[in-house]
Amino acid sequence: MNALTVREVEVFYGEFQALFGVSLEVPAGETVAIIGANGAGKTTLLRTIAGALTPRRGQIEYRGRSIVGQPAHVLARHGISLVPEGRKIFPSLTVEENLMLGAYTRRSGPWNLRAIYDLFPILGERARVAGVDLSGGQQQMLAIGRALMNNPDLILMDEISLGLAPLVVKELYRVVKVIAETGTTVVIVEQDVSRALQVADHVYCLLEGRVSAQGRPADFSHEAISRAYFGMAA
Amino acid sequence: MQWVNIIVQGILLGGLYALYGTGLSLIFGVMRLVNLAHGDFIVVAAYLALLAGQLLGVSPYLSLVVVVPLMFALGLLMQLGLLNRTLGRGLMPPLLITFGLSVMLQNILLLLFTADSRGLDAGAIETASFEVGGVAIGLAPLLTFIVAVCVLLALQWFFSNTMLGRAFRATSDDPDTAELMGIDSRRIYALAMGLSLAVVAVAGVLLGVRTNFAPTDGPARLIFAFETVIIGGLGSLWGTLLGGMLLGVAQTVGAQFNPAWFQLAGHIVTLLVLAFRPTGLFARTRDV
Repeated sequence: MNALTVREVEVFYGEFQALFGVSLEVPAGETVAIIGANGAGKTTLLRTIAGALTPRRGQIEYRGRSIVGQPAHVLARHGISLVPEGRKIFPSLTVEENLMLGAYTRRSGPWNLRAIYDLFPILGERARVAGVDLSGGQQQMLAIGRALMNNPDLILMDEISLGLAPLVVKELYRVVKVIAETGTTVVIVEQDVSRALQVADHVYCLLEGRVSAQGRPADFSHEAISRAYFGMAA
Repeated sequence: MQWVNIIVQGILLGGLYALYGTGLSLIFGVMRLVNLAHGDFIVVAAYLALLAGQLLGVSPYLSLVVVVPLMFALGLLMQLGLLNRTLGRGLMPPLLITFGLSVMLQNILLLLFTADSRGLDAGAIETASFEVGGVAIGLAPLLTFIVAVCVLLALQWFFSNTMLGRAFRATSDDPDTAELMGIDSRRIYALAMGLSLAVVAVAGVLLGVRTNFAPTDGPARLIFAFETVIIGGLGSLWGTLLGGMLLGVAQTVGAQFNPAWFQLAGHIVTLLVLAFRPTGLFARTRDV
C-alpha cells in the first residue's frame, strides 16, 4: 500500500504556476528522493504534501485518504513531519525546547529526547544553548530531530545537505538510513544527485514543475539523469 | 526623605503599569497585533469588579475570581469570532477593528453606568499604611506591586516551563513553522488574547481600588500601557516591569513640581527613550 499518492497536482503562487500535473507514488516504508535543479518545484511539492500550500487542482492521498485542503497542523497530528528548507529553528527556544516542541502533538513512537540525543550526541551536549547559536550542520540535526520527535509515519526532508561540509552531509545521510530502517516512510528533496541515488529506493526528477523522469536508481544512466535534470535534448 | 517617599510611590505605581504593558506586549509579541481597545478593557474589568461587588457583595480583591475568567473568555471569543478573521491582511484591519471596539466599549459603559466616576471599595486596606525608615508605604499600593510581580512570575513560569508556553514563543518566532509542529496558530492567538485580557482584568481591579474610573478613561490607560512598553522594550517581562517603574517614578516626581505635570513627565521620559533608545531600555527581542 502507498503511504502517499500524489495525482496530477497543480500548485500556484498567485498567477504563477509552480507545479503542472505532478504525480508521485510513495510505498509505505520506502525512501523516495525528488531531485531537480533550482526552481524545479521540489520545495513547493514538499510543502504541498505537508499542507503548508494548497493545490488548485489534483489529489493527494495519505494512507488511502484524501488530505487536500487540510492544514499543516492537522497533518502533523496525522504523522506527516516536514524538515523545512533553511531549517527554521525557533530563535527564542533552546535546543532542547526546539526538540520538545517537535513533540507538541504527543504522538507515541520510538522517538523521544533520549533517542534523539543518542542519534545526535552533540545536541545533548548543547541542550541549553539557543537553537540558532548552533553551527549550520548542528542546526540541520536539530531540525531533523525536531521532526522526528513527532514520531512521524511520513517524514519529508527538504535539502538537508544544503551549504554543509561533505563530512556533515555524510553523517546526516547515515541518519536518514537509520530513520528509514525504523520503517518510517521518507521523502527527501535533494540537489545532490549522487546522494539521492545512494539512499533512495525510487527517484523522481522534476523539471520546471513537471516530472521529467522517474525510476529505481539502478535504472538511471548518467545521461538520462542529466537530460531529466537539465532538460537537454538527447 | 520626601523625595525617597515620592520615588517609592512611583515604583509601586509602576507595578500597575507593568500589568498594563504586559497585556499589550503579549499580544503584539505573539501575533503582531496592536489592540487599541486595550485601555478600555482595563476599564471594563474595573466595572465588572464593581458589578461583582454590587451583585455578589464581594470585595474587589475577591472579585478577581470572577472577573479574571470572564475577561479571559471575552478575549478568547473576541479573537476567535472577530480578530482571527483579519489574519494575513496586514496591520490595518485589526487596528480599525480594535479602534471601533474602543469606541463601542466606551459608549456601552456610558449607557450602563453613566458618566459618573466610580471607585472600588476595598475597605480599610485602602488607607492603611506602615512606615519603613521614615518612608510611609501604603498597604494597597504595596499589595498592587506584589500582585503585579506575582503575575509576571507566573507568566515567566508559563512561557518557560509549559508546552503551551513554548508554543506561544514558537508561534511568535515563526507561525508557519510552528504549524508544521502541529500547532494551530489561530488557537494560540485566541489563548494569547484570553491571557492578555486576564492580565488586564487584574490591572483593572487594582486600578479601581487605587483610584476612581469613568467610562472614557480607557485611552489614557492605553497610553500608559504604550509608554511602559516603549520605555521597557518588547520581549522581556522584567523589562516591562522596569519600564513601568520608570514611568511611575517620572509621573510622581513630575507631579511634585506641578500636579498637572504628572502625565507630562511620563510623556517626556517616553519621548527621550524613543529618541535615544528606540528599542527600549531593556529589550530582548531579536526582530521587530
